[in-house]
Amino acid sequence: MTEAARLEPQVNHIHLAKKDYEGAESTMCKGCGHDAITASIITACYESSIDPRRVVKLSGIGCSSKTTNYFMNQSFGFNGTHGRMAALATGAGVANHHMLPIGVSGDGDTASIGLGNFAHMIRRNLRITYIVENNGVYGLTKGQFSATADKGSRAKKGWVNPWNAIDLASLAILMGATFVARSFSGDRKQLAPLVQAAMNHNGTAVLDVLSPCVTFNNHEGSTKSLKGIREMKDDLNEIDFIPEFEPIDVEYAPGKDLRVRMHDGGTVVLHKLKDHDPTDRVQAMSVVEQGMHEGKFVTGLIYIDETQPDFATQENVCDTPLSMLSEAELRPSAKDLALINESFMR
Amino acid sequence: MAEMDTPPVNDVNICVATANGSGSASSNQILYKSVFKMGIPCSGKNLFPSNIQGLPTWYFIRASEKGYLGRKDAIDVMVLFNDDTLAADVKKVRAGGLILYDDSRPLPPALVRKDVSYIGVPAENLVKEHIKAPQLRAKQRNMVYVGAVGKLFGIPMGIMQEVLEDTFGNKPAVIESNLQCIELGYKHIEKLGTAQDVGFLKAVPNGNKHKIMTEGNTACAVGAIFGGATVVTWYPITPSSSLVEEMIERIPAFRRDEHGKNRYAIVQAEDELAAVSMLVGAGFAGARAMTSTAGPGLSLMQESIGLAYFVEVPGVIFVIQRGGPSTGLPTRTQQSDITLMHQGSHGDTRHIVLIPHDNSSAFDMAWQAFDVADRFQTPVFVMMDLDLGMNMSLSAPFAMPDRPFDRGKLLSEADIKAQGDKFSRYLDLDGDGIPQRTIPGNLHPAAAYFARGSGHDEQARYSEDHIVYRKLLERLRRKYETAREYVPKPIVYNGASTGMGLMSFGSSYEPTREARDIMATRGKAADHLLLRALPVNGDVRDFLASHKEIYLIEQNRDGQMTQILRDEFPEYAARIKPVCLFDGMPLAAGDIVESILGGN
Repeated sequence: MTEAARLEPQVNHIHLAKKDYEGAESTMCKGCGHDAITASIITACYESSIDPRRVVKLSGIGCSSKTTNYFMNQSFGFNGTHGRMAALATGAGVANHHMLPIGVSGDGDTASIGLGNFAHMIRRNLRITYIVENNGVYGLTKGQFSATADKGSRAKKGWVNPWNAIDLASLAILMGATFVARSFSGDRKQLAPLVQAAMNHNGTAVLDVLSPCVTFNNHEGSTKSLKGIREMKDDLNEIDFIPEFEPIDVEYAPGKDLRVRMHDGGTVVLHKLKDHDPTDRVQAMSVVEQGMHEGKFVTGLIYIDETQPDFATQENVCDTPLSMLSEAELRPSAKDLALINESFMR
Repeated sequence: MAEMDTPPVNDVNICVATANGSGSASSNQILYKSVFKMGIPCSGKNLFPSNIQGLPTWYFIRASEKGYLGRKDAIDVMVLFNDDTLAADVKKVRAGGLILYDDSRPLPPALVRKDVSYIGVPAENLVKEHIKAPQLRAKQRNMVYVGAVGKLFGIPMGIMQEVLEDTFGNKPAVIESNLQCIELGYKHIEKLGTAQDVGFLKAVPNGNKHKIMTEGNTACAVGAIFGGATVVTWYPITPSSSLVEEMIERIPAFRRDEHGKNRYAIVQAEDELAAVSMLVGAGFAGARAMTSTAGPGLSLMQESIGLAYFVEVPGVIFVIQRGGPSTGLPTRTQQSDITLMHQGSHGDTRHIVLIPHDNSSAFDMAWQAFDVADRFQTPVFVMMDLDLGMNMSLSAPFAMPDRPFDRGKLLSEADIKAQGDKFSRYLDLDGDGIPQRTIPGNLHPAAAYFARGSGHDEQARYSEDHIVYRKLLERLRRKYETAREYVPKPIVYNGASTGMGLMSFGSSYEPTREARDIMATRGKAADHLLLRALPVNGDVRDFLASHKEIYLIEQNRDGQMTQILRDEFPEYAARIKPVCLFDGMPLAAGDIVESILGGN
């Protein structure tokens, strides 16, 4: 490589540099897992050469929901109300199904106040990369338990959580999600390719990402502390994502490896670490359940089904986005109206 | 026993008492449409229970040559076809009126009044004798009274047959069996040779020639299609469901592309908050989005209504009001969600509300609402109620929109280029409070912005700055002031010069119009102003200034519209007296007159 070439900023397939995927400066606490997830989203979109102008960023309320402002300045964003991101995304998604929605939510936003909207979004198989930045705690309101806090987990204030946790991965599978993964904010090698795959999935891709809250949930006795997550994390598979414009040159071991071609191009290559077939829904349910039973957070690509139609397809919407249709395509004629009037005269 | 020498012609108020789910909806429709077909102005109002089968329901058919379409208190004819409510129904007929009952069994002596006449038609026995399929008999029984009423009041058999054919055109077997039952009733009365002197119906040639008959929800549905609605989100709720259901039925005919794909999406949401949140998402993304609901749904929607207001996202919300609070009276009418529409959601908000008063204006305002929403980048309400939405009434035909879509200050890539590649989402460039707007899919590098329900500056950046925040709220108020002269203006009916004024809106208009005429005959002439939108505009101030005694007729307990007007015009606050009629029944002119002049 010449000296000149070395000085050239590195660009991706669509000639964008990584900084073109950055956003406003983060206001998270130092060391917050959410910032690491933002970095993985930036890496994933850069590596996949996603055009930021095709992306719509959506979020609810909470620390996690602020983070859509910290990546991809050139994308449209909508930071809405608490728990309603899934419904906002459903409207935005059907209004313009050519856009790529990335939703970022938290465990309060998704597992409590927005649980119904989350479940129904999945049921409709809305096309979206839905990332839950899951820390088991309400950060912005300073340390209350969330619905994903594990039973018996201890809060910073000393309270012990008496309730069972809602497991978002198993809930997602139960509701019919067509792409379910779990990861850890600190594991970019695992998380970034999962985001890449999710972005090319034609349906709801749920990524439950454990992301320790360094301020309110990182102490002894919390199961979602950095230490707790590291101890309990149990990888199902190693993941590579090969974008459409790159050759698949990773090693492939039959029986041990699995390749899944994504709807929008690109291939997920899974190197199995456990005997788990992520295309088998029943196995997917049981592997998560088994993990919980053993006190582990099962991570990796848990379930994938590339055959299901997404929401816009099921709604049979026309190719031109509904938001772009012209008056000529939308307003019936005066003759049509005359016939309607006539029908009301009989 | 005749009260008058000549029975009135084309001024008859018929009430049919049946049980719901018994097929009476069809028979009442046949009766109503027959009166329409005779050229006589008429309305059909359904008083139905929140129930699927077996509870009492009443249907009012009012034929009025003078064209009054509101409910009338005095019932001339009661069709007594519900055993469960016989005793109460017998009392409802005015003195000198007529009761038509099923005399397959004798009427209990306690139910015999001396001041009304009784005519029997043995409907149950007739269907038992003539209808072979036992499972059809209960429903067909109701068609017998159609024929009996027809014969008694002068509806030609041929007209009823035509209406049957119009209604069940592609089902000859249904036409035949229904026709048979109508004939049974008709011929029974003919054979008895019974006559009555309550009133007669007489065909008026071309009487309804330039009129259509439909329901307000249907008018809104058709209007929304002509307004370019593409994303329709909803959650079923009485009395609004039929609006979206009409769209589901009608929209495919107009919105399929050459590949058989839909130029619309209708999404049944998991609840009303989800429905309106989807609407906000779709509006943000640039679609003409709408939802339809009633009080409880509107309560649930409040949070996202505030979001749409603050983020400045267009959307149209049809509200078909019913009796509140809480579940209230789901199948009765009211105008009691005015405040909730006008000032919906927490914080300082003000919303645009369009207020149709008949089917034709419901169509107009339905399509106009999408233009207003796009122009002002805000949620726009179309205020309906059960009486307007679900009852059959006459109006002028729907008029083709007289202008193209107004998408407001929506910028294309070329627009941004033309203004020097600059775009600020919330900057008030024109001083009218309305900023410029872009939608996802606009690929200009300056087009994207970050919408948020939290504090934001003119560039849509997060801000907690107190001056930025205050200026934003002031601009939103300025935008609302701009809307004031843009929304439909009131209609004023002057000429009384007594200093007395009536004000009405929505479904209160028609009975108020009639009340005004009644008052004039009693020497109390009044002018009349019809409000058609919030914020109020146009001649409202003049009307308040030029009338010393003003009655604002509204169907709620607390005078919600009165409060808004008193707030807008404090100098005239004392002049405006609310006439609050809120029992859930469709408003009757007599009740208005009585409230203002006192009973006599």
